[in-house]
Amino acid sequence: MSQRSAKEMGLVACPRCTKVWPIETDRCERCGKTLHSRSPKSLQRVWAWWVIGVMCYIPANILPMLTTRTLFRSEDSTIVGGAVELIHHGSVGIALIILIASVAIPVGKFFAIGFLALSVQRPSAASQHQRQILYEVVEYIGRWSMIDVFVVAILSALVQLKALASINPGPASLFFACSVIFTMLSAQSFDSRLIWDRHDQMKKSSAHV
Amino acid sequence: MTSLRPDISLDDLIVCPTCDAVYSLDVPEEGDRAVCARCNTVLITNRRNAAFRVIALSLTVVILIIASAVFPFLRIDAVGLNNSVSILDAAFAFSEGLLSLLALVTAALIFAIPLCRAMLTIYVLAPIALQLSPRKHAKQAFRLSEALRPWSMAEIFAIGCAVALIKVADLAEVSFGPAFWMFSVLVVLVVATDNFMCRWSIWKALDTS
Ligand SMILES: [Zn+2]
Ligand SMILES: [Zn+2]
Repeated sequence: MSQRSAKEMGLVACPRCTKVWPIETDRCERCGKTLHSRSPKSLQRVWAWWVIGVMCYIPANILPMLTTRTLFRSEDSTIVGGAVELIHHGSVGIALIILIASVAIPVGKFFAIGFLALSVQRPSAASQHQRQILYEVVEYIGRWSMIDVFVVAILSALVQLKALASINPGPASLFFACSVIFTMLSAQSFDSRLIWDRHDQMKKSSAHV
Repeated sequence: MTSLRPDISLDDLIVCPTCDAVYSLDVPEEGDRAVCARCNTVLITNRRNAAFRVIALSLTVVILIIASAVFPFLRIDAVGLNNSVSILDAAFAFSEGLLSLLALVTAALIFAIPLCRAMLTIYVLAPIALQLSPRKHAKQAFRLSEALRPWSMAEIFAIGCAVALIKVADLAEVSFGPAFWMFSVLVVLVVATDNFMCRWSIWKALDTS
């Protein structure tokens, strides 16, 4: 089925309230949003947030996430260090949740957003459908990285047993939260309509040949 | 959704916000959804009494969220020492120096933003459900509510609790306070509310011009 886009038909749809306007309309009269057939600064904003997100992720992994004080010792643990310790204690399942939420998802998300942004700038081997699914996964799953910050919050509030044991948050928690937030902003800046444009252009050029 | 005829007015069109595909408007029957044929984005959801259901759910969310923030959430016991915390205590566990910034962010993500969204939804939908004209600033209220959607993280916090509980299980005994159960119900309701809401219909109802 050949599917025409609003851009080809000389129309623009408001991304906020979905009302359809002629393409030269500057501002959506219904909700007030500035209209662009394709967000002109979309990719610049994606890359800007992406770079800050990656930069915050580095100290998040080097600095301590938690400080645990028990009767005899005080111990700092990083994200990965904490998970390794959990495996030694036999809690493999929880260690996996932490590793997936705090390492696999954030790193995977950096690659996925980078790939999507590059794929609309140059021809890509992945189909539009594959890239659309990747974009949806990134949008849906990115928020879940916040789980480790919440775990630190709950543990630090709960485990305050005077001299016996206490857990306190480390500086990595702030950097980690920032990294998650900036990566979410990066994904939100991506104009998903760009994924489908490239396809239209390629179809047109092959029709000329 | 059917394919497009050229002689059609702009109000009879609907454009997929994700991929920019144009369709002629065909409101689905009750209980049905209109889905983009190209990228599977849900365009219109038609549920019976959707506005009343969403209002009822949102009211419950407001009550539960306030109650679950006040009552004790989790309690820890170890050799005669104990500590019980509320949800806001968890957020304010980040209290040293720059980490207090993170306390504000956490409190917003798990408490203020879900609460704010539920209240905005009631404000916007109540007149629509009663077939009255929309309240003053209803458009701005709905805009804000939609912008906050990805930042409402109650369900992620709930999973974070489960992880934290298993982490401290061998250190001390943890028991659930009343707020824990309220919060669990709350998470289900927040997700249900989002599934009942049809953004396209709400914007159309808000368009009074
Ligand atoms: Zn609009
Ligand atoms: Zn679509």
